[in-house]
Amino acid sequence: MSKPLLADLAMALASGQVRVIDLTNTLSPDFPVIVLPPEFGQCAPFRMEKLSRYDENGPAWYWNNISMNEHTGTHFDAPAHWVTGKDLPSNTVDAIPAQDFVAPAVVIDISAEAAADADFVLTRDFLEQWETAYGTIPPGHWIALRTDWYKRVGTAAYLNLLEDGAHSPGPDAGAVEFLVHDRNCVGLAVETVGTDAGQASRFNPPLPAHSILHGNGRFGLQCLTNLDQLPTFGAIIVACPLKIEGGSGSPLRVIALVEGKAA
Amino acid sequence: MARQKPYDGVALCAPVTTPYVRFSDQTAHWWAGAALAALARQTGLGPADFDGFCFASFSAGPDTVVGMVQHLGLSPRWMDHIPTGGASGVMALRRAARAVQMGDAEVVACVAADTNQIDSFRQTLQGFSRFSQDATYPYGFGGPNATFALIADNFMREYGVTREDFAKLCVAQRTNALSNPLALMKKPLTHEQYMQARPIADPIHLFDCVMPCAGAEAFIVTTPEKAQELGLSTARLAATIERHNAFADDPVQTRGGWARDIDDLWAAAGCTPQDMDMVQLYDDYPVIVAMQLADLGFCDKPALSRFITENDFTIAGSLPLNTNGGQLSAGQAGAAGGFQNVTEGLRQILRCPLGDQIPDATRALISGFGLVNYDRGVCTGAAVLEQDVLR
Amino acid sequence: MTDPLTPPRRKDPLVTTHLGHVSPALRSRAATAMAARAGQGRFVLQVCDDCAQATYPPRDRCPFCWGALHWQDQPNGAVIAAQTTIRSSIDLFFKDHLPWRIGTARLDAGPMATVHLHGDVGRGDRVRMELKLDRAGNPALFAMPEKETPHMADDPQLRVFTADPKYRRILVTDGRSATGQAVAEALLKAGAKTVFLGNADPLMRYPGQDRIEAVDGIEPVRLSLTDTRSIEALAGQLGGRVDIVVNTVGFTRQGGVGFGGNLNNLQSGLDLEVTGLMRLAQGFAPALSARSDDGDNAAAALVDIASIHGLTGRAGFAGSSATAAARLSLIASLRGEMAQTGIRVISVLTGPVDDGWHQNVPPPKTTAAQIARAVVTALQQGQETICADEVAKDVLARWQDDPILTIREENK
Repeated sequence: MSKPLLADLAMALASGQVRVIDLTNTLSPDFPVIVLPPEFGQCAPFRMEKLSRYDENGPAWYWNNISMNEHTGTHFDAPAHWVTGKDLPSNTVDAIPAQDFVAPAVVIDISAEAAADADFVLTRDFLEQWETAYGTIPPGHWIALRTDWYKRVGTAAYLNLLEDGAHSPGPDAGAVEFLVHDRNCVGLAVETVGTDAGQASRFNPPLPAHSILHGNGRFGLQCLTNLDQLPTFGAIIVACPLKIEGGSGSPLRVIALVEGKAA
Repeated sequence: MARQKPYDGVALCAPVTTPYVRFSDQTAHWWAGAALAALARQTGLGPADFDGFCFASFSAGPDTVVGMVQHLGLSPRWMDHIPTGGASGVMALRRAARAVQMGDAEVVACVAADTNQIDSFRQTLQGFSRFSQDATYPYGFGGPNATFALIADNFMREYGVTREDFAKLCVAQRTNALSNPLALMKKPLTHEQYMQARPIADPIHLFDCVMPCAGAEAFIVTTPEKAQELGLSTARLAATIERHNAFADDPVQTRGGWARDIDDLWAAAGCTPQDMDMVQLYDDYPVIVAMQLADLGFCDKPALSRFITENDFTIAGSLPLNTNGGQLSAGQAGAAGGFQNVTEGLRQILRCPLGDQIPDATRALISGFGLVNYDRGVCTGAAVLEQDVLR
Repeated sequence: MTDPLTPPRRKDPLVTTHLGHVSPALRSRAATAMAARAGQGRFVLQVCDDCAQATYPPRDRCPFCWGALHWQDQPNGAVIAAQTTIRSSIDLFFKDHLPWRIGTARLDAGPMATVHLHGDVGRGDRVRMELKLDRAGNPALFAMPEKETPHMADDPQLRVFTADPKYRRILVTDGRSATGQAVAEALLKAGAKTVFLGNADPLMRYPGQDRIEAVDGIEPVRLSLTDTRSIEALAGQLGGRVDIVVNTVGFTRQGGVGFGGNLNNLQSGLDLEVTGLMRLAQGFAPALSARSDDGDNAAAALVDIASIHGLTGRAGFAGSSATAAARLSLIASLRGEMAQTGIRVISVLTGPVDDGWHQNVPPPKTTAAQIARAVVTALQQGQETICADEVAKDVLARWQDDPILTIREENK
């Protein structure tokens, strides 16, 4: 009988052979949310009102009421978030099988391209060339797009919202079709505020990542940080959204398990 | 208008003054009791002996005469509360006299008492009257000083009365006070000191203002028969007047209610201003003394300055004025300030003054002026007292 | 002639700050009714229903015929009959403001009155009476020069009754809107030393940003009225330096109640305008109050700009009108609290504002410039309520005349 898998993992975790990387941005009132044209409903930023802090409203305890949108901060997009996924089974965060919340990731580094061109578009061609260099993307993986965009958090360059709209990298329809249908990905995990490029509402079809991922029951993870600490292959992402009844997504703590001692 | 009927069968007696203090930690009740105790010492009367009680005070709240009666163990068959400050002495006198004359009471104690605790003057002012709370004190909160400054400013220009004239009145009163051992002001006041005093509210300067203090005044109104039985010297009430809110249309107060009724006073008294051996006038400010001299018939207002110049207001002078020193020099013990003109006038004609005696004095003019409800004194009254029996 | 105000000296850190005493506050109900009208900048006296004579001080029945009294706008001329300079007072407020000049005024309307005197008027002068509010929000008759005199607004006695922006440091809560920018510039033009201009999201550009932030005297600050933490941070930083707070935030959206209403819009509006107002007050009221009588450097006012339809509701803008109603209600309560500390609380009432959220509302609409003018005027006059435009004036007049009818009209 082979050794129990989890026992190996447990030993590796205990010894530090497997490390846990936090991929989550801090939820704070300052963290930006996606901006839509003013006439649409607006994504609520994170807000916190103190209930008590060892004071007259609670002498021995400290707690806050918090409020936010389902898509505030580091968050998870369920298929029901998009109209294309509205009729899929188990399309809301409460219904998604827990099995799907833990999955391996393949990290595609487009940080150089994104640095050179904020509007860099990830294409099927680019992915095929990438596979030539690094190997085929295995099925059942999160596709983590490393853009180093998280380093822009706290500056206007994060949303990068100019008069002609936002400017941030993302995939075109061909790339998403390839990842979903040919590589059977779990979802797309990005550091930007959305899985789609900033200018993706002008793409044809518009907003291909949301449209195609969610239309096919796949997930999105946005506003991640520290993707530069993950290996190209071999990381496991744990991303458990809050179990909100009928929820379209959820802020969450995202962590990654990686092999090897800290440098 | 119906003529005033004579005050037959009325005797005024037993004037008492409890020594004033600048600040007191006692209450108005304590001071009222002190005044009654002084009356008792002089007459031998106790709580059961008074069947009438007339009370004036600003600082007895929340009590009125009712609370005071129970507090001090009285059981009168007649009582009255006179909340009119500087006019309360004359008004108490009138009311008590008629009660005694008609037999509603036989022995009436008229008492004015006020305390002066630290900060109580400010608190009294704050809640003094609705008009003053709404429309006077929020205007700089100068207190009565500011109100009388406006009256004085107008009066001096209108009638050519000067600070020099006021100086003469104030200096004379201070001279009178020096013989009164109970006067709070003990030092002489010179003309120069008056003129050089610091301004309080132009044209009012320091020595135009009274000093608030604690104290009480009292006297007895009874029948001549009862007074004789008690062995008390008595005075007669020759005539009185009283008027409230007179000349409401005058833009700034230049006259008081006396001006409206003064002819009735002298007609009923059967004498003239020139027959008076003294005047005991309400003197919160010298401008009001000057106003009274004119309104009570001593001279016309344009002649005031000359009248003041030509007269000597000291006890030995041509027209003795406020012979105890008045409030300006003896102190203003709240409502008792409206009683001391009565008690001092009585003492002079009953030959028991606190200080020097006006030689051969038999007639006194008493004048009261009270309650600056808004921009002027509302209540006025005057009385002519005559010596009756000395015992 | 009035000495021109000089820029306040920097505070000596070793000198105790003057406590914010207010003028004596006890008043009759009638005087309080006078105050309510004074707050609107009106000059009113009571007039008898029967004999039509005007009376003062405030009474409950006519002193000439015992008829019932009503408040009525009156001619505001007067002549000063007597004057005095008070040099001694036992009142905690006035003793710090001596000498203080008052006079007896013969009002053209009839009655005599004790009045505060501007430094440029005195005995014998014809004056223009203004009905002001004192620091405690009570009515105060103030005699002004009949014609403008040099530096008239700088009169130290007058400044007790006004919240003039001159040399004051002012926080404008939202500079991202045209209204906030117009208000900020108007305040600077009126002599404000500094305008701290709030920006809820410094990472997000806004129209007019480059221009307004380059204006001399503007200091951009991070401030989001939906973020308690940002208010606490700013109050900690500026609380001791801000003399006036002008709340320019707004969140207007169309929609009904049962039809076409949007719950998120209502919540957003309530959070920003209502909860936000309370957050702002809790952040800045204590510091403003502590400095309400601190000489020329004194803190003076909190100004809030809200829709007149808070009084009535409005068809098609149900949620936003409800938000404005809550806002006006909070302001009324805050006014009562701040009157005890000497800070004026001012409501600027507007009709539909000429912005992106009223595109299908027919004119007239309120411009940012009108709102800015109203803010400055209210501060300079020390008014409590001011209408920025004709629509607000019209609705307010109708509401004062017949509230239940106006509510019906505005919701048709």
